[in-house]
Amino acid sequence: MQVFIQQVINGLSVGSIYALIALGYTMVYGIVKLINFAHGDVLMVGAYVGFFATTNLGMSFLPALILSMVVCALLGVLIERIAYKPLRSHPRITALITAIGVSLFLEYGGMLVVGPQIQTYPSVFPDTIYNLGGVTFKIGDIAMISTAVILMVLLQFIVHYTKTGKAMRAVSFDYQAAMLMGINVNNTISATFAIGSALAAAAGVLIGVYYNSIDPLMGIIPGLKAFVAAVLGGIGIIPGAMVGGLFLGIVESFVSWAGYSTWRDAVAFAILIIVLIVKPAGLFGKNIREKV
Amino acid sequence: MLLKIENIDVYYGAIHALKGISLEVSQGEIVTLIGANGAGKSTTLKTISGLLKPKTGKIEFKGQNIAGAPAQKIVGLGISQVPEGRRVFANMTVYENLELGAFMRKDKDGIKKDLDRCFELFPRLLERKSQMAGTLSGGEQQMLATARGLMSKPEIMLLDEPSMGLAPILVKQIFNIIKEINQSGTTILLVEQNAHMALSVAHRAYVLETGNIVLSGPAKEMAESEEIRKAYLGG
Ligand SMILES: Nc1ncnc2c1ncn2[C@@H]1O[C@H](COP(=O)(O)OP(=O)(O)O)[C@@H](O)[C@H]1O
Ligand SMILES: [Mg+2]
Repeated sequence: MQVFIQQVINGLSVGSIYALIALGYTMVYGIVKLINFAHGDVLMVGAYVGFFATTNLGMSFLPALILSMVVCALLGVLIERIAYKPLRSHPRITALITAIGVSLFLEYGGMLVVGPQIQTYPSVFPDTIYNLGGVTFKIGDIAMISTAVILMVLLQFIVHYTKTGKAMRAVSFDYQAAMLMGINVNNTISATFAIGSALAAAAGVLIGVYYNSIDPLMGIIPGLKAFVAAVLGGIGIIPGAMVGGLFLGIVESFVSWAGYSTWRDAVAFAILIIVLIVKPAGLFGKNIREKV
Repeated sequence: MLLKIENIDVYYGAIHALKGISLEVSQGEIVTLIGANGAGKSTTLKTISGLLKPKTGKIEFKGQNIAGAPAQKIVGLGISQVPEGRRVFANMTVYENLELGAFMRKDKDGIKKDLDRCFELFPRLLERKSQMAGTLSGGEQQMLATARGLMSKPEIMLLDEPSMGLAPILVKQIFNIIKEINQSGTTILLVEQNAHMALSVAHRAYVLETGNIVLSGPAKEMAESEEIRKAYLGG
């Protein structure tokens, strides 16, 4: 039983990170129908901002987290305005290829700026291991899960109860009808990129704290996993991304515990394939035809 | 003149959808734009609302040229559109849809008053306030789309085929409400394929045929003229 709980906790820790990243994928897809392949790299930038904020500016966890989120929100808006917005009326594949370009730009631009080597993340939380009835955890684990949960609750609040959130849902559903309400579609898309990128930044900082190391290519694998999580939950559906991320985290945790950690990534993709065969629109998706 | 369209040309790529049309709507009128499927009626309304930009020509609203202005500015000036096919936000509640109708407004008391007025006009919507808009029937969705259009407190309302797909009794109900909205001071530009119904409520009418206005005049005369009925209104 303790082992079981232990694995669930480990799974939730990693899964909540996947969920945070998956949210950005899914929100952006929902509003502009673009798989933003540069999303994982925004996470990397977020991790570095957090890194420099703690090491060079001597900030503690929370201010560093917030700074990183703000910087990446601006970065996300900038990426959308410069790279994607001019392509909005072009075929989707154009923006998709551009997204891959932005991704490579951030990865190798990042190497140019901070160097390709791995940096050791400062430990912002004490390393004390607590033992609660056989289940062990660190303060970092708790901080990570609670940061992720707080951010997700905050997101739900924004999406459901603020004007920006309502505009985001309206534009995602039918952007022309939204324009007829007087909603500024450009600003709403910017807000979506800002929020999604801020969540990715938070995930980046948390990954740095959790694994203690960062490098310019660190965004690739979590980005891919989160993409799987988003598709798993139903791309474009916010609760789907949360559940998909947590589910993926827990599955990976159990696969590793069973001694097959080298198979972890393969299992993630196998699950994705199975879900897509059984339920093509994802766990939370409705199987509707694309609007024409 | 409240709304004045002068010689606008609108294209979809190479397709020339509106070929230099002009029309006018004065304060307090119900003007209808009728014509067969594909004539360019929706294109006209979308261009007024700023969803499409005319290649040439002028659109004046209260003397100000709004051709090519962003849609949110046009809503802010007092033009609201109830689009073809209703286009309610199916994944949001009736109440949230109405709130979105008032998106640009900041006068909380005014919004509350208009909300009450909408529920008075459409008691059905009050009963279904917390229901998802996608679960409403076609008639109820038309009511919601109309009410949502009123929530921006427009001076002129553009209605695109409100009768589409509705049972005759519901069509009558909707048209009565359109008259009521007009009588309480909102000018109306009504697009319809259902020419008989449209001519029965409108003051003036324009007939659109493949991107050209081929006829205009008082609605009553048009409805009564045998010739016109045969030539343009399908008997
Ligand atoms: N998005 C579009 N792309 C290309 N052509 C269009 C588009 N929308 C409408 N059209 C064409 O423009 C013409 C007018 O269409 P529309 O204004 O929708 O007609 P109506 O509302 O009178 O039925 C039609 O020939 C139609 O095929
Ligand atoms: Mg039409």
